Amino acid sequence: MSNEKSCCCSTDNCCSILPIALSDNNVTMYDKNDEWVTGEIYTPKGRVPVVSTKLSFKDKLGAWKVRWGIGRKNYRINPGLYAVGKPDQNSPVLVSANYKLTFDTLRKELSGLNCWILILDTKGINVWCAAGKGTFGTEELVSRIYRTGLSGIVSHRKLVLPQLGAPGVSAHEVTKQTGFAVTYGPVRAKDIKAFLDSGFQATEEMRTVKFTMWDRLVLTPVELVSAAKTSLMVFGILFLINLFAARPFGLADFIAYVGAVITGTVITPLLLPVIPGRAFAWKGWLLGLFWTLAFICQSGWFASGYLLPSIGYLLALPALSAYLAMNFTGSSTYTSFSGVIKEMKIAVPLITLSFAVGVVLLLINSIGI
Amino acid sequence: MKLRYLKNVATLYLAVEKCIGCGRCAEVCPHRVFRVEEKKAKIEDRDSCMECGACARNCPVNAVTVKAGVGCAQAVIVGWLTGTEPTCDCSSGEACC
Repeated sequence: MSNEKSCCCSTDNCCSILPIALSDNNVTMYDKNDEWVTGEIYTPKGRVPVVSTKLSFKDKLGAWKVRWGIGRKNYRINPGLYAVGKPDQNSPVLVSANYKLTFDTLRKELSGLNCWILILDTKGINVWCAAGKGTFGTEELVSRIYRTGLSGIVSHRKLVLPQLGAPGVSAHEVTKQTGFAVTYGPVRAKDIKAFLDSGFQATEEMRTVKFTMWDRLVLTPVELVSAAKTSLMVFGILFLINLFAARPFGLADFIAYVGAVITGTVITPLLLPVIPGRAFAWKGWLLGLFWTLAFICQSGWFASGYLLPSIGYLLALPALSAYLAMNFTGSSTYTSFSGVIKEMKIAVPLITLSFAVGVVLLLINSIGI
Repeated sequence: MKLRYLKNVATLYLAVEKCIGCGRCAEVCPHRVFRVEEKKAKIEDRDSCMECGACARNCPVNAVTVKAGVGCAQAVIVGWLTGTEPTCDCSSGEACC
């Protein structure tokens, strides 16, 4: 997603070593205290943990926390082979990532099934992002197949990969190196049962990525939290300015600013398809302009001679919303690199100029030069 | 309503003469850009391409090329500031750069 600070773990600082139930006969290391592990199954290669298909309160709380950006960088499980139900040598093998949110989303759709789950080490990143980075990739898949001894556990030679893993995995390369044939399953875990029942057939609908209002809504908290963190610095600076300002910043300024931030990080993403235009920065700017105009009219600034701050805000706030909305390209499921570059080459200079002039006007007004 | 991004920007290219009609590109594309007709793939909706690179990586005869990258403004800004290639060094729920 979009914020650099909430971004990646360098591998050194965030790979915690889990307390591990390790013995020579374990295919996959796991923590015996994890309540999502319900037992073990014996295979020719050793014991494999069996996982529950029900999410506990702790799982749901964990999902909620990472949605708000809490502990998101280290929400992961050990890579390796897991079992669902009572799989045998003929059961299908589903491949997924070691981000716990991803793992939970998958296993809760597998009730009543007998299958294997092969978890790759994606450094706690979801399948699609990890595929883009190459950690959900050919090399990791091939090495994981060998390290778990998969070919000694199942007799068939088929793997089901999530379709969104395809940017990282070269199916024909995997077959060449391991003998396992790759079938890409549906985009969404909720379709996996229908996919398996129909003999590995995915409908067009199952193969298409969507970006529903709900999809967009669950992504906004992280955007909001990261904007709030930056905002604390802004408030700090304003506080210092207020110490010697002729006209200090007050509640009205606070509301105007917070409104512009929410417009860029929450409202624009939610209303994405209905806002005219295609560029994200444009969409954010447009809504930011509406917000600022509404705010100024409501507070009667135009009438009461607050011309300077009004112009200042009209330049600064829509630019701020535009910038925040532009960052949502990183969370969206349909923006291309070339498109984002094209958008930014126009938007970034305009945003910078508009914001800078607006801020200067506001400071002039406040300090009272 | 289908969300659509900027037109005429995608770097997707298909060398039809190399194509063997296996259908992998159509299988992996998250935006249904390809269609296979009479043993040849065809780009049906280039403007829906988000340059994820799945088709190119899974084409067994290298008939598909695309400059894959992250469609993420933050990554591009960091790339501009540091003079490096934009990389998506971030994690999220399902969807991400």
